Amino acid sequence: MDELIELLPLLAQSAYETLYIVGLSLFFGGLGGLVLGLGLYTTRRGSFLSNSAVFTVLNVLVNIFRPIPFIIFLAAAQPLARAVVGTGIGNDAIIFTLSLAAAFGISRIVEQNLLTVQPGVIEAARSVGAGPLRIIFTLLIPEALGPLILGYTFIFVALVDMSAVAGYIGGGGLGNFAIQYGYRLFNPVVTWAAVIIIIVLVQLVQWAGNTVARRVMRR
Amino acid sequence: MPAIELTNVTKTFPPRTRGEQHLVALDDVSLTVKQGEIFGIIGYSGAGKSTLVRLINALERSTSGSIVVAGEEISSLRERELRRIRLGIGMVFQQFNLFTSRTVWGNIEYPLNVAGVPRAEHQARISELLHFVGLADKAHSYPDELSGGQKQRVGIARALATRPKILLADEATSALDPETTREVLAVLKRVNEEFGVTIVVITHEMEVIRSIAHKVAVMDSGRIVEIGDVFDVFSNPQADATKKFVSTVVKAVPEPTELDTLRRRHPGRIVTLSFNDGNVSQSSVFVELAASGVTFELIYGGINEIQGRTFGHLTLSITGSDSAIESALVRVRPLVTVTEVN
Repeated sequence: MDELIELLPLLAQSAYETLYIVGLSLFFGGLGGLVLGLGLYTTRRGSFLSNSAVFTVLNVLVNIFRPIPFIIFLAAAQPLARAVVGTGIGNDAIIFTLSLAAAFGISRIVEQNLLTVQPGVIEAARSVGAGPLRIIFTLLIPEALGPLILGYTFIFVALVDMSAVAGYIGGGGLGNFAIQYGYRLFNPVVTWAAVIIIIVLVQLVQWAGNTVARRVMRR
Repeated sequence: MPAIELTNVTKTFPPRTRGEQHLVALDDVSLTVKQGEIFGIIGYSGAGKSTLVRLINALERSTSGSIVVAGEEISSLRERELRRIRLGIGMVFQQFNLFTSRTVWGNIEYPLNVAGVPRAEHQARISELLHFVGLADKAHSYPDELSGGQKQRVGIARALATRPKILLADEATSALDPETTREVLAVLKRVNEEFGVTIVVITHEMEVIRSIAHKVAVMDSGRIVEIGDVFDVFSNPQADATKKFVSTVVKAVPEPTELDTLRRRHPGRIVTLSFNDGNVSQSSVFVELAASGVTFELIYGGINEIQGRTFGHLTLSITGSDSAIESALVRVRPLVTVTEVN
């Protein structure tokens, strides 16, 4: 217990780093996933920009990257991280790799949620002369917004999970804290402290996501 | 200039899996819709009518043939140019297809935004439309708070927002109960009469055609099998598909089994009088019959009114001496078509 009190400033720092890593990854990965998901949705057969070549490429790409376990992806993508963000270690490398991995996962969630929009609604927009970009931004996304918010909330939780391995490439955060100061130093109290903070964090975000989604969906 | 003119239009869909045949949705379809007309297209599901109506605003592209809308050949236009054409063609749908994330107001405003109508004019236009369809009090409701009939009236208001000259109604009443169907048909009729909008109505219900259409095309397996004025088609259907549709709203001649029952209960000569030209009144026929000294009884049939003209089939049981019956039939033959039922 005394050790935990000593480690409190470090715990706070770790919680902040988790929020930092997950927040930025959610932003970049979320954006990438949205673009990929829109690509998958709009180019599939029967959709308004249907293009089987583009769809096949996107579909295969997502299928290749999505199943790779994150800890392996982290190692495999290190050269790419070095090329793009200038370093293969630390929080910046983690954010880059996490964003990349998340984008592929998010693309499926976006695609699935867009598919819940009735095709007739899109047809109605086309029938009044709306173009593809207008349909996407003024109709498709607003119509699917509630489920999309819930999907992104789900992804936030998944990112907290994935970010726990950041320590393997020299990144920080609660996962790293729990392993380094709790597990490796045989101090379960420290591990549990990190776990409790993660639980509270996830509860808060899920509550916020539910609240906003409910307001958007009016139920 | 006709509002819509289709000439030898064909539409095939590529097979879903390799090796299958192309699906022919429309096979050499030609039709002309005049300006200000309500043109009905009737057929069973799968007859190709929904595909046909989607060719008119190019939501589907034709495989071959010519499609001229408001004087412009649209089958060769590019998607970007088609958006301009679509602004002049409203469309209402069976499932209403309202935008659930927007209020009634927002739904009607959407096409105004697409058309680039200045924001300052939105208020006046939207409230005008809301009053027209009788939903002024629902402006700020969301679609899921409305009944089916109200949703369709919003659909109509949205379709009319940019003052299109043509309105396409794809099974607009098929998801509604009979009472609400009448309400929505009345709105469509007013759209036609008050704004002079040409309307193409797709339906599988003959009652819809009977109550609002001026002309009707009957579709079967991707082809138009009969086309003409609604009165002519109803009073004298030619194609099998047409006869079936007409029989759903017009009580015609008795079926053989019904005839047996009728004959057992009515001893007289049974004849069917067909009123086909719309100008002969029943009373003049009955006066002639009565004057011949026969008694008669109406045992089957009905009289229908379409566009202010009446037609129908009345089956009578006539009793009296043979000669009196003969002279009675001679007297009414100039007025109606007489068929002896044996």
